[in-house]
Amino acid sequence: MTSIGTGYDLSASTYSPDGRIFQVEYASKAVDNSGTTIGLRVKDGIVLAVEKLVHSKLLVPGASNRRIQTIDKHIGLATAGYLADGRHLANRARSEASNFREFYHSPPQVKDVTERLGQYVQVYTLYSSVRPFGVSTILGGVDKTGPNLYVVEPSGVFFGYHGAAVGKGRQLAKAELEKLKLAELSTREAVFEVARIIHLVHEDNKEKEFELEMSWIGAETQGIFLPVPKDLHQEAEEKAKAALDNFE
Amino acid sequence: MEALSVDIGRLKSGEVNLGTSIMAVQFKDGVIIGADSRTTTGAYIANRVTDKLTYVHDRIYCCRSGSAADTQAVADIVHYYLQMYKQHMGREPSVHTAASLFQNICYQNKDALSAGIIVAGWDKEDGPSVYNIPLGGGIFRQPWAIGGSGSTYVYGYCDATYQEGWGKDETIEFVKNTLSLAMARDGSSGGVIRMCVITEGGVERLFVPGDRLPKFWQGQEVIGKTFKAAADTEMIVEG
Repeated sequence: MTSIGTGYDLSASTYSPDGRIFQVEYASKAVDNSGTTIGLRVKDGIVLAVEKLVHSKLLVPGASNRRIQTIDKHIGLATAGYLADGRHLANRARSEASNFREFYHSPPQVKDVTERLGQYVQVYTLYSSVRPFGVSTILGGVDKTGPNLYVVEPSGVFFGYHGAAVGKGRQLAKAELEKLKLAELSTREAVFEVARIIHLVHEDNKEKEFELEMSWIGAETQGIFLPVPKDLHQEAEEKAKAALDNFE
Repeated sequence: MEALSVDIGRLKSGEVNLGTSIMAVQFKDGVIIGADSRTTTGAYIANRVTDKLTYVHDRIYCCRSGSAADTQAVADIVHYYLQMYKQHMGREPSVHTAASLFQNICYQNKDALSAGIIVAGWDKEDGPSVYNIPLGGGIFRQPWAIGGSGSTYVYGYCDATYQEGWGKDETIEFVKNTLSLAMARDGSSGGVIRMCVITEGGVERLFVPGDRLPKFWQGQEVIGKTFKAAADTEMIVEG
């Protein structure tokens, strides 16, 4: 942390002498502390999964603060980092999607929403009066071009991926994602893989409880972004735990 | 007389009116759009060779009817939006997109505008398509659409004649004949016929001069055989 004490890290509107904006880099650090979020782009759809760390045993499971949210009928979003920032970005993405629909009378492509969200996030890296968003956002959906998956970073840049992982366990998750033949997987198969990877990644963080959150869109959901049904969710989680036991 | 001037009643005095016959028809490979060429201020023909077929994007055109000023302004705005669409999104806008932009403007400003527009063209998603956007700002996809004051005279002809599955040449004949009939009956339409063939490959413009319009029943039985000779000299008024 050579940046600390130099004075160049106090504002997003000041570069350091070697051309960095430390406030944006700190925002990325906020993302790295968060529970892992994974997105998969497969043959016929998208699966998003989140390792939601449970901070208290008194919490009612599944009752609040979902980290996977719906943007449009065919687009979903999962965040890693500050949850409240993630909800704000989701609301922005929703209004961008609905503006697009109203103006062009047709559903936006995932890329259209991603581009607009990227621009929005970027603006928060320019001014001293605001802080950059402490989230990386995975946007996924199926449009007329097929399944699409993007990640928007705190700097506002975004990239398209076959498989993406952000948050604490991203390194291990990415290594696991690279082993999969994503272009050949069905969405149903992807649900099992993604559940397994989240459980595997959580091994390094075992002292904390977690909830697995999963949503998907594909041929099985008739092109609508939905939470993975209870029975499939349960089956995937059981298989994931069994795979971990064999692994050890 | 009042009933005939409903359309004109919306215009301010001296405003230029496209008292028009316009048309668009889709066929297998594209669309044919067509229009007469008359622009009027009241009884005066302000322009007898007007081009009412207006470019809004590479493969999307519109046919304008109503106020010339209003429809030109709307077409200019949509043209701008479609350029922005291509630069922002990095892909060609669809005909549906273009028609939706027209519709938004026509609906939101319905109290101020007098614009009846037909949007037609070709795109990758739907191939050829025709959208009718009449006075109130509705939007209707149709295999063929006619518009303007002249269109009221030829609905029956179009209903009786149009058939699915036509090729380019048959469709051109249909448009040419329909417009010719409309121009013959409608006092606010006339001049020449302009047409565009819009396909994946490009836009081809066609032109029919006023003395080469297809001829139909000319009323010989009523006026008599002397009609042709009389026309050269003086008008004969039958008692």
